Amino acid sequence: MSTAVAHVETETNTGIPNGKLGIWMFLASEVMLFGGLISAYIILRSGSPEMIIPPREMMGVPLATFNTFVLIFSSVMMVLALAAIQEGDVPRFGRYLGLVIACGFTFLFVKAYEYHHKWEEGITISSNLFGSFYYTLTGLHCLHVIGGIILMVYILRCGLRGEYTPTSHGRVEYAGLYWHFVDLVWVILFPILYLLNT
Amino acid sequence: MTSEHGHGEQKFIWKYVFSVDHKTIGIQYLVTSFTFLFVGLCMMLLMRWQLAQPDQPFPVIGDLLAKILGDDKMPTGVMLPEFYNQLGAMHGTIMIFLGVVPLGVGAFGNFVLPLQIGAPDMAFPRLNMMSYWIYLVGGFVMLSSFLFPGGAAQSGWTSYAPLSVIAPPGQTVWCVAMVIIITSSLFGAINFIVTTLNMRAPGMTWSRLPVFVWAQLVTAVLLLLAFPVLEAGALLQLLDRVAGTSFYIPKDLVVGATVFPRAGGGNPILWQHLFWFLAHPEVYVLLLPAMGIVAEIIATNTRKPLFGYREMVGSMCLIGVLSFVVWAHHMFLSGMRTSLANLFVTTTLTISVPSVAILTCLLLSLRGGSIRFNTPMLFALAFLPMFGIGGLTGLPLGFAPTDLHLHDTYYVIGHFHYVVAPGSLIALMGGLYYWYPKMFGRQMNRTLGKIHFWLTIIGMNGVFFPMFIQGMAGMQRRLADPTAQTHNLPVQWWSIPMGISAAIIFIGQFPFIFNFFMSLRNGEKVGENPWEATTLEWACPSPPPHGNFVKTPEVHRGPYEYSVPGRKEDYWPQDEAA
Repeated sequence: MSTAVAHVETETNTGIPNGKLGIWMFLASEVMLFGGLISAYIILRSGSPEMIIPPREMMGVPLATFNTFVLIFSSVMMVLALAAIQEGDVPRFGRYLGLVIACGFTFLFVKAYEYHHKWEEGITISSNLFGSFYYTLTGLHCLHVIGGIILMVYILRCGLRGEYTPTSHGRVEYAGLYWHFVDLVWVILFPILYLLNT
Repeated sequence: MTSEHGHGEQKFIWKYVFSVDHKTIGIQYLVTSFTFLFVGLCMMLLMRWQLAQPDQPFPVIGDLLAKILGDDKMPTGVMLPEFYNQLGAMHGTIMIFLGVVPLGVGAFGNFVLPLQIGAPDMAFPRLNMMSYWIYLVGGFVMLSSFLFPGGAAQSGWTSYAPLSVIAPPGQTVWCVAMVIIITSSLFGAINFIVTTLNMRAPGMTWSRLPVFVWAQLVTAVLLLLAFPVLEAGALLQLLDRVAGTSFYIPKDLVVGATVFPRAGGGNPILWQHLFWFLAHPEVYVLLLPAMGIVAEIIATNTRKPLFGYREMVGSMCLIGVLSFVVWAHHMFLSGMRTSLANLFVTTTLTISVPSVAILTCLLLSLRGGSIRFNTPMLFALAFLPMFGIGGLTGLPLGFAPTDLHLHDTYYVIGHFHYVVAPGSLIALMGGLYYWYPKMFGRQMNRTLGKIHFWLTIIGMNGVFFPMFIQGMAGMQRRLADPTAQTHNLPVQWWSIPMGISAAIIFIGQFPFIFNFFMSLRNGEKVGENPWEATTLEWACPSPPPHGNFVKTPEVHRGPYEYSVPGRKEDYWPQDEAA
């Protein structure tokens, strides 16, 4: 333990741990990243005559709805995992975190199937502006899900080794914040890509 | 964390190469960014030769350049227009993203900020190390683009679409390198904000923070919120280039008499918006650390408190907020509704108010002071008129009607170079002379410092001032051969003194480089506080050990308590108990 970190964990000027403040700052920059892309989508969608919106049947709304629930469910599991480690119940923490990871994989598998299906139907990244935005936005989101899964596996490993205690489990909380953010991005992407196409 | 503080001998590689110590990382940033600045300077020399003597072989080393650079760049020492375009784009990119920003934020921010707030290190030392190494990789990737077929990026440092989308592969490398560099900046920004918010020493309240720390904090917020938007823009441009999308490509774009095979429907103006949404806050990222440094140097060397500390801090925060709503003043000529143009004219002129307020405070700080003319003070004093010229020549560019005339001429180049080169860069060099004793425990040589100063400042004015004259005569930027347009001919002769001035800047850097390395060994040894300054970085040994302070300092007063009546010394350090 360096004194820098010891200093951090004992007291900070704001009372918020460094890690938590750091992850919020990171999420602020992520908001600007997705915000930039989504604004580009809004501008071209409202302004470009070449933006052809596929009919809802082609978009596979039921599958995407299922995926939405998978992510929301995973967020709930994340909250329960944090609650478990706050009580010091490592096995329960492990089970819930395992479910989070499983949900992440489920989301990716469904997404892979969706991509394959859409590509077959002619919605490719270069076919049309809508396709370009669809693959760019969801693709970047998928990268975030993959990153989240790697993070969760790491947190799970550390947790099962007994590195987190009811008083010291900051990283679980920070990883959770990130995961909720990834969930939130999908909750915004889902309506603007799948539902707004009557 | 495995790096123990106060742990005797560390292996060389861990101590100097993969170090997590903010001071080592700061010095790594310092050396790397000065190296990139030198690379950018050399590119500038090549360009100035081409502008002064269009299509003539480069003197003395022309054959050598032809051999090194190859036939697709400078055959027989004569610059091809394509290579001129590459140099233009890469000079801008390197100077801004790999030179001045890493110098102001990465080097001085890293080294000085934790010391000034009395912290043992940054909040996330490992993230700090990663940020440096990612930056270095990004820099190498950026430079490597010269080796690609067709050469480096050549659509200007602004990479306007659709030209950048149809450009040779070097542009793809530019996009990738930008994403890498932006990632590095983000990590740095997170670290700076958390460190400033959370790791201040006891008693270091907001109103006791040195101006430099405030400047770094506002800069970090700008980096954090503005850079991701360019990341988004660069990502879309990358996809346009490699994945066949058409975010920036309009329908039926004709390239070389054939229709570009894309679905189309995109909008080139979209790129301009995404780019300038970053690049205007970026201007203040270049400027604020410099202002912070000048404030520190002036307070120390006038031996009196800064004039208007609160006003300066407030102005910096206001600049931070306003810089997000001025970006479209770069796009008046791209075409926009009059009402929208009016909005951006208004915000642009509003942001000049806090900038002028800061400059005025710095100027009034000199009044009634007993000024010490040491090397850092020379640089800090030069910053004031130079930034004044840069800022005031920006006003005609902020008004849409005058901007339409001046847009894309050398006037614009002159304006922003005055802000960044004899403005920011001069202040940053002054910062090195000021903090060098803290970094290495020795003073830099004064005579060499003065030679460096005069050659640089004379050279810079010689290059940039005639640009206003050429620009107002209508000479356009980004032309490899200005003589191709007859209206440029009456002002073309200015390019010769400008070329000579460029050579003076180049020569002027050698005393500096020599001084830097020679003083490491031979410089006069100094103690903790050679300038008799008040801020906390002067309360620890020079150079500070790992962990910085022997005992966490306690702060008792504001940062600039100089010449307090009734005290024997004319300075009252922040950590000295009453």
